[in-house]
Amino acid sequence: MKTVLEVRDLTVTYPARRGAAPARAVDGVNLQVRQGEIVALVGESGCGKSTLARALVGLVRPTGGQVVGDGEPLGYSAAALKAYRRHTQLVLQDPGGALNPRQSVFDAVAEGPRLHGLTDRLGERVHTALAKAGLRPPEQFAGRFPHEMSGGQQQRVVIAGALALEPKVIVADEPVASLDASVRGEILKLILELRDSLGLSALVVSHDLGLAWNIADRVAVMYLGRIVETGTVEEVLLRPRHPYTRALLSVLPDSGEPPVLLTGEPPDPTSVPGGCRFHPRCPLRAAEPDPRCDGLDLPVLTGDPSASALAACHLVQ
Amino acid sequence: MSAATHTPAALDVPRHHAFGRFCRAYAKRPAGLAGLGLLVAFGVLALAAPLFIGDDQLNVIKVDGPQLSPPVDGYPLGTDQAGRSVLLLVIWGARESLSIGLIATALTVVLGSAVGLLAGHYQGWVGKVLMHVTDWFIALPSLPLAISLSAVLGQGAASITIAIAVTSWTATARLVRAQTLAVEARPFIERAKVLGAGNTQIMIRHVLPNVMPLILVSSTLTVASAILSEATLTFLGLGDPTGVTWGSMLQAALMGGAVTAGAWWYLMPPGIAILVVVLGFTLVGRAVEHVLNPRMVTR
Amino acid sequence: MTATDDTRSPAPSGEGAPREEAPPAAPMLDVRDLRVSYRNGERTVPAVRGVSFTLDRGQTLGVAGESGSGKSTMALSLLRLLPSTAKVTGQVLFQGEDLLTAKWARLRAVRWSAASVVFQGAMSALNPVRTIGEQICEPILLHDKVGQKAARARAAELLDAVGVPSRRLGSYPHEFSGGQRQRIMIAMALACRPDLIIADEPTTALDVMVQAQVLNLLGDLVRESGIGVIMISHDLAVLSHMCERLAVMYAGRVAEIGPSRGLIDEPRHPYTRALGRAFPTIGDPASRLAPAGLPGDPPTPAELARLDEGRGCAFEPRCSRAVAACRTDTVELRPSGPGREAACLLAQEGSEP
Repeated sequence: MKTVLEVRDLTVTYPARRGAAPARAVDGVNLQVRQGEIVALVGESGCGKSTLARALVGLVRPTGGQVVGDGEPLGYSAAALKAYRRHTQLVLQDPGGALNPRQSVFDAVAEGPRLHGLTDRLGERVHTALAKAGLRPPEQFAGRFPHEMSGGQQQRVVIAGALALEPKVIVADEPVASLDASVRGEILKLILELRDSLGLSALVVSHDLGLAWNIADRVAVMYLGRIVETGTVEEVLLRPRHPYTRALLSVLPDSGEPPVLLTGEPPDPTSVPGGCRFHPRCPLRAAEPDPRCDGLDLPVLTGDPSASALAACHLVQ
Repeated sequence: MSAATHTPAALDVPRHHAFGRFCRAYAKRPAGLAGLGLLVAFGVLALAAPLFIGDDQLNVIKVDGPQLSPPVDGYPLGTDQAGRSVLLLVIWGARESLSIGLIATALTVVLGSAVGLLAGHYQGWVGKVLMHVTDWFIALPSLPLAISLSAVLGQGAASITIAIAVTSWTATARLVRAQTLAVEARPFIERAKVLGAGNTQIMIRHVLPNVMPLILVSSTLTVASAILSEATLTFLGLGDPTGVTWGSMLQAALMGGAVTAGAWWYLMPPGIAILVVVLGFTLVGRAVEHVLNPRMVTR
Repeated sequence: MTATDDTRSPAPSGEGAPREEAPPAAPMLDVRDLRVSYRNGERTVPAVRGVSFTLDRGQTLGVAGESGSGKSTMALSLLRLLPSTAKVTGQVLFQGEDLLTAKWARLRAVRWSAASVVFQGAMSALNPVRTIGEQICEPILLHDKVGQKAARARAAELLDAVGVPSRRLGSYPHEFSGGQRQRIMIAMALACRPDLIIADEPTTALDVMVQAQVLNLLGDLVRESGIGVIMISHDLAVLSHMCERLAVMYAGRVAEIGPSRGLIDEPRHPYTRALGRAFPTIGDPASRLAPAGLPGDPPTPAELARLDEGRGCAFEPRCSRAVAACRTDTVELRPSGPGREAACLLAQEGSEP
């Protein structure tokens, strides 16, 4: 399978603010998304997953490493970014906020094509995109304004806006987190349908492991700027190896296991611990201390999708 | 899909809708309607003034009324020391007072909005420099500046208009910048960037329409203060000595000894006219603010 | 619950599991035909359209539903915490006293000391310019009539109980993490040893791990102290884990109420079923690459107002099993199993809808 989106040794460091150390939001990440594949990137808030998503669409400029779209490293000139964005599109968490309240649905969806000069048969393009996103019949929706629609419909408009550019990859940052439970499944279904009908690839960023189980082929678990475990959904979610993944799975309401509650401070990207970055909170290390945990840095996971599951941990290798 | 044929209608209808909604909501605010009524009345009078006021009534040499007379038959608001009708002077004065106020406001709003928008959008050195310039202008005292400007440009309407604009655009700039920052932080700006929008497109298509209501509200309030400033500056003798404005009437009344003569009919009308127009603009501004700002709409 | 109010109200404790073994004494909280509507211009928009339930000391009731289902409005109306545009009718009998008609002074005494609320956003519910020590002490000083010193001691004890070091009494809200602030909110709610806690989405903004910690804490405290809890959430899985009984709300009414396990394992109302499937169980092959949703949207305020006047089931437009009668009949809660009720024409005791 062809790789359509890739990051190589990506780092994003935000400059220091008022006495604090620089924040290493993304601190060495390798990740690949292949054609027609849905990859879920899961982690808690502050783990750098949203920064990674923004770097993938060129909104955040990496301090190191590369974003590679369709085999070509991403350049950061205005023209290169614009060309890249026909290929990779973003879907944001809060559809109400992601739509300009003063733009009609038609204008919101037509915006991308207009910016890229695809104005030939614009109406048809917009209506096709609306229909693909499940807003049928499109004529009924084109004239509406965001506040006249429900959250689920708004998210469909955002997705239609991305589809209007006919991208190869969609990066979705918490696409269903702000939607109601019953609507959540409908939007996830739509993402699956788009993959099946258009061969679209997607990287879905979420805090929700259930979402990965619902739609993803592969999953990458992120902790404090690094991917700590990656593999197919079945490998990672059914046979987790990294203690962090295991803890995350154990606290789900119907996990059937006693919950492993992590203690200690929440991860802080301005002070990343040495050695394994999870060691201060690691229940495995607490049970059987090992000098490597806080002494030996772990290599960055290769992110090779064809390899079997990988976990960045000294104790489970 | 017969899509293309549908689009123009789809685009127009809701806009119309929005304007209709605005009008209906505005109609529900009696204070706003009263303000609008005052402004329309003054506007119509000012525009129609040349139809019934000519040189015969304004030229001190040609007029033949009693001098500094209290209200009598034929001169409902009395006369000035040259024998001109105060009522006609007030109506004629509205022309220049209103036009200076409106032009100064237009300059203020255009300059202030442009600076505010740019400073809010380019948050790097461009924004910093623009805000430093703004701060510098805020520190300028308006009265001495206006006096020195008219010394350079010569007395008259132009220098007063410029003086008002130069000293009041900073408030608009600060306001627009703050609102621009708020709009820029919203996710739809991020979405527009990813869709491929550049700086200009983001500012024109996304930020400006969302800042516009605020600009509109602030400009109605700016008109009120501009008219006041115009009166002040003319009263201080910086205006065109031959023109008739409300400020120059007040000045002429003072100089002509209206106060010592107890000629209230000469002093009051221009003062009340200023008050009423400023009130009108303020009422309209408040009403527009209430209608456009969803947070002020009572649930 | 519309037409037959009068016939139903004599038996207010008719719902809920512990009916059989309940003592003849009145329950701690008895809510009867609670209705809330908001004035919106000239229109009246119903938010809660007739909700009845009972809750005893030591019981936990989870209220689930989507945004706009009226769950938060319902919970906040119990202590009259809604803005003045809300019109509340019905009865909220708390320890035998109707809170909806009680005097303000009496209501203030009940808030905090007998019934307290844990709000959703801990940051906005805490005063940013006062130390958390002062804020926890405030209700204690006000209601318990104890000295400054005793109140400090109680506050320290409470902080320890919720797992925040008591030496941090002098810190300000912004110095804590989100999870810690939510714990402090819980400590404040417990300050006057209430009999009832209303928790409105207590963990919604928190991360999975922190959410688990806070829920664990809340569960322990409830078990130890025998407090009655009403917990509101959109997450059915979390609620079923925390609460003995569940009420699922849709369009301002209870769609289904009963013991948690029963509701999750054998939902009688199609909406409960849909909500339960929305969050998959990891490892369940049925949900792998098959997200379950529910087409359509919940009724808008305008549709709700129309529903309130007419007949028919509010869920009918989204229901895959709807029959003709669903549009024309009045749909009310009816027994659907031991201690269970469901507002569905097709729900019958012992049968799937």
